[in-house]
Parts: sequence; structure tokens; C-alpha cells
Amino acid sequence: MDSRRASRAVIDPKVRHVGFVTPNAPPDRAQSFPQESNSSPLSASPASNTLSPVMIPPPRHPSENLTTFRTAAIPVPEQTRLRAESVVFEGSYDPTESLSSSSFQTQSPPASSRLFVDEEFSEESWLHRNNSAKFASSSPAPGCGFNLTSVKEVSGGDSTVISEVKKPAEASANEKNEASNDRSKNALPSGPSSKSLKAKTTKSERRALQESQRAAKAAAKAQGNKPAPAASSKAAKQPSQKKEASIAPPSAAASEKKGTDRPSERERKKDAPAPRMQFDDKSRVEKAKKRALVNQTEARNRVEYFRHLPQYEYGTQLPDLQSKLFQLDPMHPAVHKVGLQYLAGDVTEDNGRCIAMLQAFSEAIRDYTTPDEKVITRDLTAKIGSYVSFLIECRPLSTSMGNAIRFLKSRIVKLPLTLSESEAKASLCSDIDRFINEKIVLADKVIVRHATTKIRDGDVILTYGAPSVVEMILTHAHELGKQFRVVIVDSRPNLEGQSLLRRLVTKGLKCTYTHLNAVSYIMHEVSRVFLGASSILSNGIVYSRVGTASVAMVAHAFCVPVLVCCEAYKFHERVQLDSICFNELGDPNDVAKVPGRRDINYLDSLDKKENLQLLNLMYDATPSDYISMVVTDYGMIPPTSVPVIVREYRQEQLWI
Amino acid sequence: MPDVQSLVNEFILKLKKRKVEGSQATSRHAAVLLRSVISQQRIGYTNQAGTLIDAVKAVGEQLVAANPVELAVGNIVRRVLHIIREEDLSLTTAAMAGLNLSALSDDDDDTGPVDHPVLSAAAVAAASRSTLRPPSLQTLLEDMPDSTAVPHTSSSGGDSEGKSKSADKSSRSRKLKHDVIEALNELIQDIDTCHEQIAEQAVEHIHHNEVILTLGSSRTVLQFLCAAREKKRSFRVFVAEGAPRYQGHLLAKELVSRGLQTTLITDSAVFAMISRVNMVIVGAHAVMANGGVIAPVGLNMVALAAQRHAVPFVVLAGSHKLCPLYPHNPEVLLNELRSPSELLDFGEFSDCMDFGSGLGSPLLHVVNPSFDYVPPKLVSLFITDTGGHNPSYMYRLIADYYSADDLVLQRKAASSS
Repeated sequence: MDSRRASRAVIDPKVRHVGFVTPNAPPDRAQSFPQESNSSPLSASPASNTLSPVMIPPPRHPSENLTTFRTAAIPVPEQTRLRAESVVFEGSYDPTESLSSSSFQTQSPPASSRLFVDEEFSEESWLHRNNSAKFASSSPAPGCGFNLTSVKEVSGGDSTVISEVKKPAEASANEKNEASNDRSKNALPSGPSSKSLKAKTTKSERRALQESQRAAKAAAKAQGNKPAPAASSKAAKQPSQKKEASIAPPSAAASEKKGTDRPSERERKKDAPAPRMQFDDKSRVEKAKKRALVNQTEARNRVEYFRHLPQYEYGTQLPDLQSKLFQLDPMHPAVHKVGLQYLAGDVTEDNGRCIAMLQAFSEAIRDYTTPDEKVITRDLTAKIGSYVSFLIECRPLSTSMGNAIRFLKSRIVKLPLTLSESEAKASLCSDIDRFINEKIVLADKVIVRHATTKIRDGDVILTYGAPSVVEMILTHAHELGKQFRVVIVDSRPNLEGQSLLRRLVTKGLKCTYTHLNAVSYIMHEVSRVFLGASSILSNGIVYSRVGTASVAMVAHAFCVPVLVCCEAYKFHERVQLDSICFNELGDPNDVAKVPGRRDINYLDSLDKKENLQLLNLMYDATPSDYISMVVTDYGMIPPTSVPVIVREYRQEQLWI
Repeated sequence: MPDVQSLVNEFILKLKKRKVEGSQATSRHAAVLLRSVISQQRIGYTNQAGTLIDAVKAVGEQLVAANPVELAVGNIVRRVLHIIREEDLSLTTAAMAGLNLSALSDDDDDTGPVDHPVLSAAAVAAASRSTLRPPSLQTLLEDMPDSTAVPHTSSSGGDSEGKSKSADKSSRSRKLKHDVIEALNELIQDIDTCHEQIAEQAVEHIHHNEVILTLGSSRTVLQFLCAAREKKRSFRVFVAEGAPRYQGHLLAKELVSRGLQTTLITDSAVFAMISRVNMVIVGAHAVMANGGVIAPVGLNMVALAAQRHAVPFVVLAGSHKLCPLYPHNPEVLLNELRSPSELLDFGEFSDCMDFGSGLGSPLLHVVNPSFDYVPPKLVSLFITDTGGHNPSYMYRLIADYYSADDLVLQRKAASSS
């Protein structure tokens, strides 16, 4: 373990220092990314740009860690609930596990023998989350309650306080509807016994704790890599120090989820995104439901292959949510509005969704006031987390949104404690604006500039759906006076192509409109295919609007070059091979009903039939060999270079 | 005769208005129509086969011109011509045999064409034997197609006329028509039952827990799947809806009502789902001589996806869909563009169209083809009512059904008219 850690710590910085030179990257862009550092983002020196940011936190001792963790766990039961909500949909591990168990562990004195057990335990549960049962054979309940009790049983018996706490907690663990805040209340009685310790915690320690917890949470955000400060700080530490840190019991427990305090673990997992919530895991789905703000009923006829994805009855959430407009106290109205927009399908385009979300967050941050006795970095993260979970309930996040949230959270985590609340808020808002500006708006401009060079006079350009970047490219090329024709291929049920068609035709572009099935008919005429993408994964798979793969395939078969236009902030280090393991399912009724075609009503009477399933996939995965080129804000690259961009620019991308 | 003409006109009108759809219905209609044409056709004593062929060609030409894309009509016309030639040939050889062996009289002739090989094998000389066989590779190689048979018949008719007197004549003329109509009835019956015959093979191709994907709707596919279902095979079907006609909805409804586990997907999800599919089973509009398929729009995409994932792409086609022509640029030449209103609401885009009209050419085109061409390399197997065949074998199968000199039916008709 230690040896691996040590080697990892050595290797990793090396990897990061490898320079990746992109001549195409606009200079202003490069300068506009202040590096991650301890200081305020605005004050980052340009010199630090090329170096990987390394943060060295104050040295800690196990006991101190202990106490800081307790302070974190005790005060805000409400918050833990929110956190739980925020995470539940994205990763398949439950944040309450780590939170509650960490709060429990803090109660017990750090007996070294126990510590190692804990460490092992957390390690174990990392790898097989559901197998943690072996540590607590007495308790049949799976999930978080389970871990909770198991931890206690391992650690229990040291003091009477603990054994007292243990019983109610065990009871609650078996009751599924006991929310995590109950558990943290259970944890509270032990608080007084450790008050003296708490008093000793220094500000920096508390901060370190918060960072680590936030890191754990950011990690939980399905985005997988959470190079939160705690991580980088750990990476910078020498192995001996790391060992020390990993021995600390609370951190070990926290790492059960994400390995916050174990640099080696973190480093190792860095490239492995956290597993997502799997909806065929009944117990977790149950728990998630308890916390859900939006009432969703599960679809009756779920498609067998997609049981791991949420399949809900549609049409019920929107009115339900609208009626709750004034009841949802924790929800900022701006966020609520965006959620309703997602639900109603008003904002469907990827960038649009991302921008709407970020703007809502920025509004929410502006209106935010830190409650008494809370720290802005911590409370705000929880707040954002609850917003995100709400948005997820309205519609699952796209990868780009996940990246944006990751960015925002990392910004919050890195807020210097010296900043006043208003300063912090202003800095966050400007960060958000900058993200929107640079990662989306400017990136699009760069892409448009690159891509228009690929349009020649006489070209026939095919596009599928209504990707906003491609629309910009076409308009720009048209404004440049290039003579070309556009073929818009569209498909049910969304038919976004029609709106694109309308916009292009009114701008005076020559358009041909057809449906997806006819793509091999029209492909003879086509000389270029421009596609948008929701995300490009690091194995080169283009994760995009469903049907994109078919278009790319046909183009490939007809030897027509396929250009995928995608902003780099949508790149993701996750890998995927097919469109089934992860996807989003739309309203199945959209498949059965054909608007405007009264004669197509064969399925109207069959809604209730058991053996009829309707599948409305939202995305599919285009194999990279169909893609000739990816046009991104870092230049034009082959799809195989996506992981390089992800690796080399991730830091910069995340921290701006 | 006039009533036949009115029938023909009626059918032509239907074809032009695309009122008859689906190759099975069309081919059945065509066969019935040609049967009545033949039965009404007065034939003289000489060159009876020639008269019939001319009559059928004349009608066939009109029918084909009415809807050139509906290849089934042309197929049936060619089939009928082929039947006439065959019957005539067999009658001639029988007559020759009758001449040679006077002991074999009319009642032997009544047994029809099927028995003739036996008869010939028993009695007829080697020369007549070769003409009796259905057109085979040998005849093709020898370049002795039925074109030579037609003059041969007329001459032999003359011979028989000269030798055996008037009683024989009347029976022969009646006989040719009678046999042709008999054979036509068989053909019509074949067309009617081709679904069942294809469906009978279902169990040989579908096993338990199979996942099958299909696009659009085809009665052949429906019956094929149902036949497998009736044999207690449990499997799952993905039905792509087949925009813009959405026949897949219809198929899904039928399958569901017969208790099959059915999932309806959008066409765009085909690529996503094909990796979990064991077999693609689709119907066809027509099968060309090179093994290529004229299929409902969207199937080329499905076939490409199937090829990518090494999923067998199986085409079900009754023998009336076998077209003896080789396709040239079939995506365009053998296609039909349907109304744009299936894709776009005109009210919505009328302003765009107006905008374009000022520039001379409209800014907006809407393309809505109804067929796709699937090249033979993408097809794994054809299942016809005569069994399963490789795409590369199609040309041979076609030689069984059509006479070589009918292939150019259309052009000949066009030049003559």
C-alpha cells in the first residue's frame, strides 16, 4: 500500500509537468486561466500557469484530524441531508455513508488497532460498496445504515457513550425511511464528551477538514475526479506524512467514500470516474426517492436493458413541481425556474442548459447569505449540491453541466477564508461569468473560426439535429459569403432540426430537410458532415444526440468526412463502449404519439399492455472510427487526442 | 374485351394513385388481372402462344408504366410470360411426343406440365427432352433461350396443324389457355401463401431468448415472428418505427396483441440498440438480381449498423419480389419521393418557401424518399418461400422464374409503342 502510494506520488507530478503544446490555442485563452493556488484566483501570477498547482496545507496529526471532523459532523444535520440529496443521483455510493460513519467514528477514541480495521474497511467498501456486509454480519440491511452499524460494531465497546449511541443508530439503520439527519442526531449525544477537543481545533485545521469533506463530495459528484485541494495537498506530501494522514480514523472513514485522506487512493482513482447511480439497485433507489423533491412515479413498462437508468412516468412532475413553487424553501427561485424549464423541455440544447444553470447558480449565490455559525465554503457547497440534486430530478445532468458544477464547487472550495462574504460571492459570480464566457462563448467562437476554414464553395454540408455550434458555423460561413448548401437531417421525437431549418432559411441559406431514415439517400450529395456533441469521452466515443451515430456511420460508409464540433469543457475522462450502460431516457409517450399525424394512433389503446415497452433514448455513442476530426477550442484534433486534452488541460479547465 | 380493358384501366389508375400498396397485394392484383386478360383473349389456331404473349405484354407495359417503382408488377408480367412460354413448350413437346407415340393420346396431355418430364423421360427423344426442362444453366450457356422456342412452337404448331387435323387443333388451343390459366391460378395461390411458406421456416432461424430488430412493418415479418411465437419460442423484438410512415407502430401493435415482448424504439436508436440484437429481420420491397434489396427507407442504415456489429441481416421476400433486373443507381432511379407534408407542416414553412421563390430556386427542399437500396454485401440471408438463399445466389433463382428474353420487357414495349 505504502509503496504504491509513494511511487504514485512521485509519478504523478511528472505526468502533469509534461508540456502539451497547442499552437492553436489562442493566447488570450491561455492567459486567462489563472492557476489553482492557495491565493485568490484573481491574484494568480502568470508564472504559475505552466506549473501544476500544489497546495501544502498545515501538517496535521491524527488527533487533530479527529476533532476537526467532529466539528464538521456535528453542527448541521440539515446540511447532511442536503448533501445526501445532492449526491445520490450521480454516483451510486451514498454520501451519508461516509458522513454518518465519520461522525460516529469521531466519538470513539482513536485506538490504533481499530484504525487499521477502519482503514481496511473503507478500502474494502471502496472497491465493493455492496459487499461491506462482511464487516457486520449481524445487520442485514444494506446501504448506508449498514455501514454505519458495521463501523460502530468494529469500533464499539471502547466507551459506554458509544454503545449507547449504537443501539438507536442500529435501529434506525434498519428502518429505511430514517434519513441521515436522524443519524447525525444520534451522533450528537457524544458531542459533549469531546467538546474540549473541539475547542482546540484551529482555523486551518477546520479548513482542512472542510476541504477534505468538500473534496469527498465533489468527488461524489459523479465527475469522478475531484482534484480538490486536499488531494493536491496530499499529493505534495511525502509518503511518511501521507501515512500519518491515512491513519487518522475519521479521514479513513470519509475515504470509505472517496478516499479523501488517502492520497494514493485518490491519485489512483483520479482517472476513474465515480460510478453512477444504478437504478436497478432497489435499496438505493428507495433511499433516493425518500429524499427526492420531485414526485416521480416509476414507469410501468420499463425497458429491460435500461433498468439501471431512471424510468419515470412523465407528465406528472411538472404540475406537481409548479404547485410546490412556494413550498420549496431551500430552492432559490432562479434555480427552480431552470428546473421547470428542464422539465418542460424549454431548454434542451446542451450549452443552453449549462448556461441557464450557471446563471441561476450565480443568481442564487448573489442572494445567498451565510447562516450564523456556518462557513461559506461549506454551506454554499451544500446549497449548490441541493440545487444540483433538484436539477437532476428535473432532468439528468449532461456531462458539460457536470463539468461546470465541478468547476463551481472547486471555486467555492478554494475561496480563501480571509475573504468576506460579499467578496467571496462576487468572486464566485465573476468566476461563473468567466466560465460561461471563456468555456462556452469564446470556445464557440474559436470553433467557428476553425470550422469555417473547412467549408469551401460548393460544399454540401449535412448536420443532424440542431447543434448550436454548427448553426453558428453555418451562419458565419454564410456571412463570409461562402456558397454552400445545408442538409438538415432530423429525427423523431424531438425534431429540433425544424427550428434550425427555420432559422437558417430565414437567414437565406439553402437548405434541404429530411429525416434520419433518408440519410443514405441524401448522403450521395453531401461533401461534409458537421455534428455536435454532448460530450466526448476519453476513449474517443462521441456521446451525442441519439441518431448521431447512425449519421456518422452512413457518412463513413459513403466516405464523407465527419467533423464533430465540441467545446473542450464537454470532454470527459469517462469511457464508454456502447449507448446502453449510460444514457438518458426521455418520455416514452413521445415515441407512441406522432404529433400532427392523426392516422398514426395504433398504440393509443395499448398503453396498458404489459409486453409493450416504449424506448426513447436521448443519447448514443458514436465510435471514434467514424469521426474524421474533432473541432474544439484547442484546435482541430483527431478523436484519439481527446484523452490528451482531457489530461493536459483538465487542471486549467477546472480551475480556469 | 372492353370489360377487360376497363379492369386494366382501373388497376392502372390504382397504381398511379398509389392506392394499391405493398408488393403482395399489387402482384396478386396483377396476376388476377392478367388471368382475366388471358381468359378473354381470343386466340387463333396459329401462333397461340405468340398472341397471348403479345396481349400480356401490351397490358403489362401499361401496368409497369403506371408505377415503374412497383417492381412486383413487372415481375408478375414476366412470370406470366414465362408461364405461357413454358406451357406452350410443354404442349409442343407433348404434341411431338404424341406424334412419335400415337398411343399416348389427349388424356395423357391432360395431366399437365408437371407430369411431362416423366412422360418425356419415358418416351420422348433427346431433342425434345432438352426443350422440356425449365430454363437451366445449360440452356443459358447454349444461348438457346425461349426466343428460339417461340418460332419453334409456331412452326411445330404448323406441323401439328398439318398432320393432325381440326379436332386436335381446337383441343390444343383450348388447352394452352387452359393450362396457362391453371398455372396462373397456381401462381396466385403461391402469392397468397408465400407468407405462410416463409413463416414455416421461422423456427429454423429463431431460438429462445433471441433479440430481434426490425424496422417498419411487413406482413411477412409479422407472420414470420408469429410463427416462431406459436412454436413456443420466447424472444424479444425491437421495432424501429420507420419514420415517416410509422408502420412500426402498426407492427408493434400486432406483435403485442399476439403476446410478443415488444419494444418500440425510434429510428435514431437503432445504432444504439443493435449491439444487443441477435438478428435483424426485415421485409423488402423488391430483391434485385444481384442480391441487392430495394427496401423501405432506413434499412440501409440498419444494415450498416448490423454489419458493424456483425449482426445477421435477414431479408424475407416472397418469390414475387424477385426482380430479374440489375440495379443501376437504384437509390435514385428506383425510388419514389413522397409528399413533404409527412415531414413538415406546410403552414409553418410557407413563409420560408415564399422567401425562396424570389430568388428563382426555392431555398428549402424537403426530401422524403420511400425506398432504400441495401447492397448485397450487407445482406446475410434471404428467406424466400423456396428456402434460404445467399445474396449471390439470387441471379440463379431468378433464372428459374423468368425467361431470359422477357427481361427487357419494358424497353421492347417502349420501342414498339
